Amino acid sequence: MENLKLNVNVAGVHFKNPLIAASGTFGFGLEYKDYIDLNQLGGISVTGLTLEPRKGNPPPRIVETPSGILNSVGLQNPGVEYFIESVLPELKQYNTIIIANINGNSLDEYCHMASRLQQADIHMLELNLSCPNVKQGGVSFGTDPKMVYSITKAVKKHSYQPLVVKLTPNVTDITEIALAAQQGGADAISLVNTFLGMAIDVKTRRPVLGNITGGLSGPAIKPIALRMVWQVSKVVDIPIIGMGGIMTGQEVVEFLLAGATAVSVGTANLVSPNSMIEILNELKNYMVNNKIFDIHELIGGLIV
Amino acid sequence: MYRHSVEIIENKKIASNIYKMTIISNHVAQTANPGQFIHIKIPYDESLLLRRPISINGVNRDQNLVDIVYQVVGKGTKILSHLVTGEKLDILGPLGRGFWIPKGTKKIYIVGGGCGVAPIRFIGERWNHLDITSFLGFRGQSWAYQIDEFEKFSIKVFLSSDDGSIGFKGPIISLLDKQLSIDKPDLIMACGPIHMIKALQKTLIKYDIPCQISLEERMGCGIGGCLVCTCAIGSKNNWNYKKVCTHGPVFWSEEVILDGEFETKC
Repeated sequence: MENLKLNVNVAGVHFKNPLIAASGTFGFGLEYKDYIDLNQLGGISVTGLTLEPRKGNPPPRIVETPSGILNSVGLQNPGVEYFIESVLPELKQYNTIIIANINGNSLDEYCHMASRLQQADIHMLELNLSCPNVKQGGVSFGTDPKMVYSITKAVKKHSYQPLVVKLTPNVTDITEIALAAQQGGADAISLVNTFLGMAIDVKTRRPVLGNITGGLSGPAIKPIALRMVWQVSKVVDIPIIGMGGIMTGQEVVEFLLAGATAVSVGTANLVSPNSMIEILNELKNYMVNNKIFDIHELIGGLIV
Repeated sequence: MYRHSVEIIENKKIASNIYKMTIISNHVAQTANPGQFIHIKIPYDESLLLRRPISINGVNRDQNLVDIVYQVVGKGTKILSHLVTGEKLDILGPLGRGFWIPKGTKKIYIVGGGCGVAPIRFIGERWNHLDITSFLGFRGQSWAYQIDEFEKFSIKVFLSSDDGSIGFKGPIISLLDKQLSIDKPDLIMACGPIHMIKALQKTLIKYDIPCQISLEERMGCGIGGCLVCTCAIGSKNNWNYKKVCTHGPVFWSEEVILDGEFETKC
């Protein structure tokens, strides 16, 4: 099993394996250090950062739905300065790729954050144009191809590290948005973020979530996410980080076959803190059992 | 490794819709403190993704046994209620910051309502050298449980119920209020439904007594990574959302903001 080649290259960044912890499900990574060896992960996309500290949405912020989870955290985070000064030094002690996920209320905020992170010791920048749980920015930027193009282009000018643009699935044609990001200069694309959804308590006649609506993730969305990754992979030339309900190694293979170069694991981290290690082992077993020695044999390998 | 597989020793109904399960776990039995919880993966139904946080009711360190008490409220807890001796559970824990005894504490009042009676029992079991008075509120006789356990370590057990079928008819906080006007403890510790906690906070305005409360919130990872189980902590003008799973579930009553009269930035 030690001879397996699992490493992938996404926009010039070398990942030891294709598994990345998805932003918003893994804190700053350090919360998980007592449970798993962070050095074994391909990468960590840290919890969504904003320019200023942000309190987030009122509780309840989570509800379980059939094979899924609705959340409405609303980007609670201590701000980009705190991340750089107080979190990053400890996080950098681990041998894994660090991706800073940035969120803005305006074009200026995105650019400001990218500039501030230029000198920070991170490997990649993830432009989040897809958070469904905030009133300004987020998904409202990510559903308009012109906006996606112009924000990507502007942030690219301010960013030093390779730029990943994270897409929302709450659109009619995901390929249009993906192409807009590519034209704007994105070095890679990650998709999908959560699907906008809601849950109602029939006893109280009120929404279950404090924010009324939330983002749906988990196995419930996997088939749609997979379809979108496949569609996007057919039209863009830049690498794709695929995600949406991955719970097993088998499902990592599905996303790779659909055209993703790497994958993110999100909801599974909420189920068990060591899920990603289990998924990695399942991926290795799949490769051994199917006599695949280099992960590249799987990427884009869908037979249609 | 805090995630481990444990065997069920016993699982039985102890009151209306309330079950007590005993599991064997060396790690939890030896390290758990009152107020902490275990995070249980629901077996047999993979569509139920989230673990269920259940507070620890008591431990037997000699035999490595751990008791939990839970109410059947949905699909997940219904599956738990059907499990039998010998079956296994995937758990994380013990998790959270539990109750603690500040230096010099001699006399405590412990207050539990409904399901919140369960973690309160662990307080009395662990700190039985203290002078303990218990206040337990239930919906009615058929919902009451473990009163005899409380009698073992309490100087006195006050009881109340919504329908008057057991103890005083009315909120348990009314009994507590009456007792506080006569005699004050060094510390109060409480767990119960939100309306009980709110009534407790209101009562405490009259008295200068420190109080620890254990909160419940819909939870995700249980280890501080996902930021979904938050509660507003601080003062009216200076508060932040803290994580119930790792900053709590036990907080000082005076710092917990439950009335929702605050604005969020989003």
